[in-house]
Order: sequence, then C-alpha cells, then structure tokens
Amino acid sequence: MHTLVRLSWVELKLFLREPLTVMFSLALPLIILFVLGGVFGNEPSQPGEQLVYRGVGAITYYVPAYLALVVASVCVISIPTHLAGNRERGVLKRFHASSVTAAAVAGAELTVAFVVSAISGVLLLIAAQLAYDFEPADSIPGVLGVFALLVVGFAAFGIFLGAVLPTARAAQAVGMLVWFVMLFLGGAGPPPEVLTDAMRTVSDFTPLWHAVRMMHDVWLGLDAGLAWVIFGGIAVVSAGLGLRFFRWE
Amino acid sequence: MAPIVEVEHLAKSYGSFVAVEDVSFTVEEGEIFGILGPNGAGKTTTVECLQGLRRADGGNVQVLGHDPRHEASQLRRRIGSQLQESALPDRMKVWEALELFSSLIPQGPSWETVLEQWGLSEKRDAKFGSLSGGQQQRLFIALAVVNAPELVFLDEMTTGLDPTSRRATWGLIRQIRDNGSTVILVTHFMDEAEALCDRIAVVDDKRVVALDTSEGLIQDYAGESEVTFSTDCADLSYLLRLDEVDRLERQGRRVTVTGTGALLARVAAELVGNGIVPPDLEVKRASLEDVFLTITGEER
Ligand SMILES: Nc1ncnc2c1ncn2[C@@H]1O[C@H](COP(=O)(O)OP(=O)(O)OP(=O)(O)O)[C@@H](O)[C@H]1O
Ligand SMILES: [Mg+2]
Repeated sequence: MHTLVRLSWVELKLFLREPLTVMFSLALPLIILFVLGGVFGNEPSQPGEQLVYRGVGAITYYVPAYLALVVASVCVISIPTHLAGNRERGVLKRFHASSVTAAAVAGAELTVAFVVSAISGVLLLIAAQLAYDFEPADSIPGVLGVFALLVVGFAAFGIFLGAVLPTARAAQAVGMLVWFVMLFLGGAGPPPEVLTDAMRTVSDFTPLWHAVRMMHDVWLGLDAGLAWVIFGGIAVVSAGLGLRFFRWE
Repeated sequence: MAPIVEVEHLAKSYGSFVAVEDVSFTVEEGEIFGILGPNGAGKTTTVECLQGLRRADGGNVQVLGHDPRHEASQLRRRIGSQLQESALPDRMKVWEALELFSSLIPQGPSWETVLEQWGLSEKRDAKFGSLSGGQQQRLFIALAVVNAPELVFLDEMTTGLDPTSRRATWGLIRQIRDNGSTVILVTHFMDEAEALCDRIAVVDDKRVVALDTSEGLIQDYAGESEVTFSTDCADLSYLLRLDEVDRLERQGRRVTVTGTGALLARVAAELVGNGIVPPDLEVKRASLEDVFLTITGEER
C-alpha cells in the first residue's frame, strides 16, 4: 500500500512533466467540445426532423460524452505509451529489482489515470458551464459512480495495450489510432444517428461507445442496459490479458 | 564461515537457446567477487538468475540462504542491484528516485544520507535524463545501496565511462564493501577485475572455465614469466636446479631466467644466498589480460 502511494505520487508528477500527454488529456477534449458546440449549437432536434443526439441538444449530449472521452484520452494514449516506454528503457526492470510488484505498477497507473481524469473532467464541466446552457445531470452520484467505473475499465484497457505492445512508439501509434477511431465512431464525435451501418458496427467494438452510453444513462436518465455489460466485459478481459501478458522487460 | 552465495550447475535457456550451461561458484561474505568473460558469455544471465529476476532452468542456487526461484521477494529486500540495462524515467529527479527507492524497502539510512554519501548533493534536483553517464552510474550505485543490502550486484558499472570516472567508480565500489556489503561485480575490464576483486570467476561459452584470485589465475594460466638481471658472476648453474626455473640465457652481463610459479622470489633468494645482489632485478610476467585471452582461447 505504502509502495503504491509513493509510486503513484511520483508517477503523477512525471505525468505532469510530459507536455504532450498533458495537452492531450486536459486541453484536447476541451477544444473539441468548443468546436463541436460552435458547429452544432444546443437545440434539440425538432419533431419531424431527423432525430440526432438521442433527442437532446448537442451540448447536453456532448458534455457527458466528453466526460467519458477525457477518461479514454488519459488511459488509451498515455498509459500504454508510458508503460511500454518504461519497459523498453529498462525502468520496469529497475523497479522490479527493487521489489516493486506488478500490482503496484498497475495500481499507480490507475491512480494517475483517476486523478488526471478527474482534473480534466472538472475543467471540462467548468468550461461547459461557463460557455453553454445545458441540462444538468439527472443523478450526480450516478455520474460520479460511472466516472469511477470508466476510469477502472479504461485504465485496464490501457494497461493491456501497454502490456502487449513492445515499444513506446508502437504503443503511441496504436493508442492514437484507437483514440481517433473512438473519437469519430465512439459516440463522442459526429452524432451516432448519422453514422453508416458499417461505422456503427465498428462503434460497437469500441469501449468508448459503451462508456458514452453509460454516462448518458446516468446523465439523461436513459437506460442503455447492454452497454454496461459490454463495457464491464471489456474491462475484465483487458485486466485479465494485461496481467497475463505483463512483462518487466 | 559458510558462503553467502552458492551456485551449483546453474543452467538457463531462452527458448531453445542455451545462455548458461553449467555455472558453479561460491561467494564468501565480505568479498568483492568478480565475474569476468567475453560478450555473450552468460554473465548477466547468471547474475539475474541469482537476483531472482530470471528463473534458472537447472541447478541449485542459494543466495543469503534464499532460493531465488521461490523466495525472490524476501531475497530482494536484502540485496542491491545495479543492472546492465536499466534506466529511470528521464524526467525523474535524483532526489525523487532516492526517496522512492528508499521508501520501497525502508530499512537503510535516510535517502538524504545516501545522497550526501555518494556525492549527489549537487545534482539533487537534476533530472535523470540530464545526468552524464558517470553521474547516472553514481545514482544507480546509490540506489543499489539505499536499502543497506548485505549483497550488492554490479553488472558492468563502468562500461562507457571515461578513465577518470572509471577510477572514481572503483573507489565507490570499494566503499560499498567497506560499508559492510559483499559485492558481485560483472565486468569485462581486466584492470578493473585485477584492481578490485578478491576472487574472479572467468565465464566463457556458458560455463565457468577458471576461478581463483587474480594472482592465482596468472600463476596457473600465464605460463612462463621472465626474470632478468645483470651480473659478472660466471656460474649460475645452481639456478637451474630450482623447480621453478626452466631455462637460463645470457647475453653478455645480462641474464634472463625463464620459468613458472614464484619465479622471482626463488631466483632472488637463491642469488642473494650466493652473494649476488643485482640492482636491476626485474620480472616480466603475464597480465590478467594475457590470462583471459589464453583461457577464452582468443588470439590477439
Ligand atoms: N532476453 C533474452 N532473450 C534471448 N536471448 C538472450 C536474452 N538475454 C540474453 N540472451 C542471449 O544469451 C546469451 C548470454 O547473454 P548475457 O547477457 O548473459 O551475456 P553477458 O555475458 O552478460 O554479455 P555482455 O558482456 O555482452 O553483457 C547471449 O547470446 C544473448 O544474446
Ligand atoms: Mg552482460
């Protein structure tokens, strides 16, 4: 426990010294929110028009969706790159030789993901609150709970990527690719209703799609049911495979 | 006193590639024990098996009374490691590394003391990535001793360092021993092994091919040495009766005696006993490097 706290604290400081990841995790979701908000406004679709954004205004749709997106940004880009890079350079081996356990390494990643996602999420909410008028959350405890679940699930996914990808470059490339696919097709980019069937099929395979549904459930008071099961499944499988393939060097 | 490290017929393969075939040695408490050998001989693999970082496939290993295969975590608390290939995150500061590593196994001196002791105070706030090679090694030594280990593994400490830093590092290695730790030092520098190690295991082609003090290795493997001196005395035949002496040649006043073993001492004693005290008595003997090349079968 002691090790976990120490390691998490150091890892958090290291994270904040990495300008690229900080930019990605904190600034990018904000920028995209403002671009999309500027483009789409926040008028719900009217009866008779094509239904988009599940029937709510764009900003009301995007704010919860972006709470899910910030978690994904932190976990899918920075965790795999960081882990694979540490393994590649011999940092993990150095830790291993000094009695750090795999659980502590994973736990520290999770903790950092939690803290950074929370900061990023709060920034996003403050910015959205200042700039836009949107519907408040249906259930605040629900939002907090889902947020925590998303951090755990995405962190597991990120740790899995970091465990199987051999180098920092590979991890960064794959992380970026997954992130962009999720951004466009995972329900946090164009309204899902305008995607083609083929795109929708891809959406179903991205964890973000299900994460956005879950966040919408608690924010808008909907019920996406299956999304919870699928996201939970992705998290459990990722965690299992991540542990299975974790290597110190 | 029982040895603190016992290795018997250690074997380790990576897939079907055999990296270590048959390595045996023991290390006594308080020694600086050298492992010397050419690239790819299996030195790193051997010490990593001893530290429980790799799992040996065969043989028996006891380190501080632990079997590294089953008790790696207990063992790691009691040893310190400097790995051949490892690093810290570039943006980690020197003090952060020391604080973190000392908190992992909190049984040694405070990290501030260690910082001071290993001459890192000046670099306290420097990031790992900004340190020179020598400073990084100094930090790695500090990290290796931050838990007050009983046994310290150093794998190629001085590769890539300039001669001054190498000598400075030797001083640090002696300091580790003087602080009460036993040291296992992997190197392929002969002068380093000769200067630092109490005993040396020469590893070549996946096995230990020789094990002795550097003196002993030179004695056993160096073959002949030569003693030269000048004298006017005509009869030196008594020298040829010494076991150590093989040949004697004269060139004017100059005498060259060739032989093995403790040649110099024997010849000198015999000369003095016969009333000859040459002022220019010299010995030319093989260095550890010659021995190494002989043992590992590489020609110059
Ligand atoms: N992780 C690994 N996977 C596969 N082969 C390996 C691995 N590590 C080492 N080897 C191989 O095992 C052999 C012994 O390697 P080892 O690192 O133990 O040698 P060494 O004596 O330390 O050499 P050097 O002086 O170059 O450090 C080498 O042929 C090396 O290529
Ligand atoms: Mg090596």
